[in-house]
Amino acid sequence: MSTKIDARGLSCPQPVLMTLDEIKAVSGGEIEVLVDTETAKENVSRAATSQGWEVADVAEEGDAVRITIRKG
Amino acid sequence: MREDLAIIQTLDFFTPIVDDPYTFGQVAAANSLSDVYAMGGVPITAMNIICFPINTMKIDILREILLGGLDKMREAGVLLVGGHSVEDDELKYGLSVTGTIHPDRVLLNRGARVGDALILTKPLGTGIINTALKGHLASEALVEKAIRCMTELNKKAADLMTQFPTVHACTDVTGFGLLGHAAEMIEGSDVGMVIRSASVPVFHEIKEFVEMGIMPGGLNRNRKFRMEMVDIGPNCLPWLVDVFFDPQTSGGLLIAMPSKEAEVLVNKMHDKGIQDAAVIGEVVTEPKGKIIVS
Repeated sequence: MSTKIDARGLSCPQPVLMTLDEIKAVSGGEIEVLVDTETAKENVSRAATSQGWEVADVAEEGDAVRITIRKG
Repeated sequence: MREDLAIIQTLDFFTPIVDDPYTFGQVAAANSLSDVYAMGGVPITAMNIICFPINTMKIDILREILLGGLDKMREAGVLLVGGHSVEDDELKYGLSVTGTIHPDRVLLNRGARVGDALILTKPLGTGIINTALKGHLASEALVEKAIRCMTELNKKAADLMTQFPTVHACTDVTGFGLLGHAAEMIEGSDVGMVIRSASVPVFHEIKEFVEMGIMPGGLNRNRKFRMEMVDIGPNCLPWLVDVFFDPQTSGGLLIAMPSKEAEVLVNKMHDKGIQDAAVIGEVVTEPKGKIIVS
């Protein structure tokens, strides 16, 4: 089961902080992060990688981007 | 105005980057005055421009901001001669500054020549620190260091620089980041640049933020806009590339001048307490219009 984070409409560093909080809360699994800026997309991906998570998928959905990160 | 006297007029204002109103006033004023210093001029008078949400914010905050600004103007020897305030939902503050300069001695942000060394006078990373501060991630010590850097006037650096008539170009490093402003310096000209990443003064504490993706939106935009002009060598640490595109608030001067004199100027700066000043690279013949970061 994956957790979902909706970080649309939020400016940096909020999307990254929400992702890092979630990563800390769960030990592994799958997290989906919804963002709507190019910066948030890049920074969330980087945040995940820095914590040993893998960016499994980046899919555009209308004006937003769904980033799926995974561990374990 | 006269054959030997020209005036410079500038205007710059922005939204708060720190919580403390007095500090914000200082940073905004230092940032506004910097435009005149970067041209080699001497600021003489200034006017406040402030947008303030008077219905939702205490008037004390306004007072503190203006006091911070005034203290920096005093330090700069600048006379506050007026100003204008507007009611606005979002707080903004800055100055319109008038300065004087000899018309033949106006320094532009372009004109760097082959054989010039590049000097940077303040460490990079204030944009990243401000972003980390918003997320409550930056330590008090680091924030203090960044504030000291942002409130520091470029006056001393400019006073020393203007003693050298051989300075070819100067700009202050602000919103476009080091590489953005360096790119402007050589854009459309027939010279290139080498920047030695290990020589560039940076706040080293920000490495972990960069690696965690704690970066301002402007950084990505700067990188996208200028990356075509930049070649990153294998010896440049990846996190530094981001720092070199970090938008700076009240950043240091970037100076291009013949390398021998550059060494002398940097030593003088160190003597005067501008400890972070360093030669960070040089202007070269090839590759034209490109910046190599080694």
